[in-house]
Amino acid sequence: MTESSIFFAVAAAILVSAAKVVSSRDLVHAVLWLGVVLVLTAGMFLLLSAPFLAGIQLLLYTGGVITLMLFGVMLTRRHREIGVEVDSSRRLPGALGALALFGAMACAIFRTELPAWPASEPIPAVEIGRAFLTDHLIAFEALSVLLLAAMIGAIVLGRQRDFGDEPETVYRRSGRP
Amino acid sequence: MTMQTLLLLTSALFCMGIYGLVTRRNAIALLLSAELMINAVTINLVAFARLAGGVTGQVFAVFTIALTVAEVVVGLAIVILLFRWRREIAIDSANELRH
Repeated sequence: MTESSIFFAVAAAILVSAAKVVSSRDLVHAVLWLGVVLVLTAGMFLLLSAPFLAGIQLLLYTGGVITLMLFGVMLTRRHREIGVEVDSSRRLPGALGALALFGAMACAIFRTELPAWPASEPIPAVEIGRAFLTDHLIAFEALSVLLLAAMIGAIVLGRQRDFGDEPETVYRRSGRP
Repeated sequence: MTMQTLLLLTSALFCMGIYGLVTRRNAIALLLSAELMINAVTINLVAFARLAGGVTGQVFAVFTIALTVAEVVVGLAIVILLFRWRREIAIDSANELRH
């Protein structure tokens, strides 16, 4: 199999799974299809000579994000409504808008002269790590501060008590005095 | 695999994300659609990084991925808070700020 046929197979699989993500009625199925999209994206990174990014994608997304999403679905699921409500009155405008945007972007892509791929070797993780700790050190540190802030924010938002000035019913509903 | 087919693929992915954002009512389904769009953008970034050569593009792709993860964490925390408060996560129902 040539690289091109692998690419088209992966691309078709990505598109089909993405369609499933936005259309399946069961939210758990949608999350699992998103997992398929993310794994296939890692394959796409491999084709684009970015093996380190493929590893990161598998670890962070399929390992972390999908698990988190599944937890989110299960924590917020109610027994009487299993499916996802899709607003059918918004289906037509949504499809029209998305198609219009896709048409505009496809026109722009076809009218642009794009260069062919240069021959490129896969970039090893060593070089990326070196770039992180030399040229992009400040961005790297800012990113770690951002991750810390996101973590603290999630903990503060997610903990049970300290609802502030919300109505009393909240405490009753969540089974707290 | 040319640059054009790759860009077409990512724009199709992005538009599917937009369709999901418009049609879904469940807050977690909205997060999923946003994931789809960000994924398309990351593939684009990596493709152009390969076109430009060098390591910087991939470094910034790592940044995008980490930012997305942070976004998902905070977004899910907000969704769970919304659920704990209102017992449902249909976004139309969260309209307190309008009244």
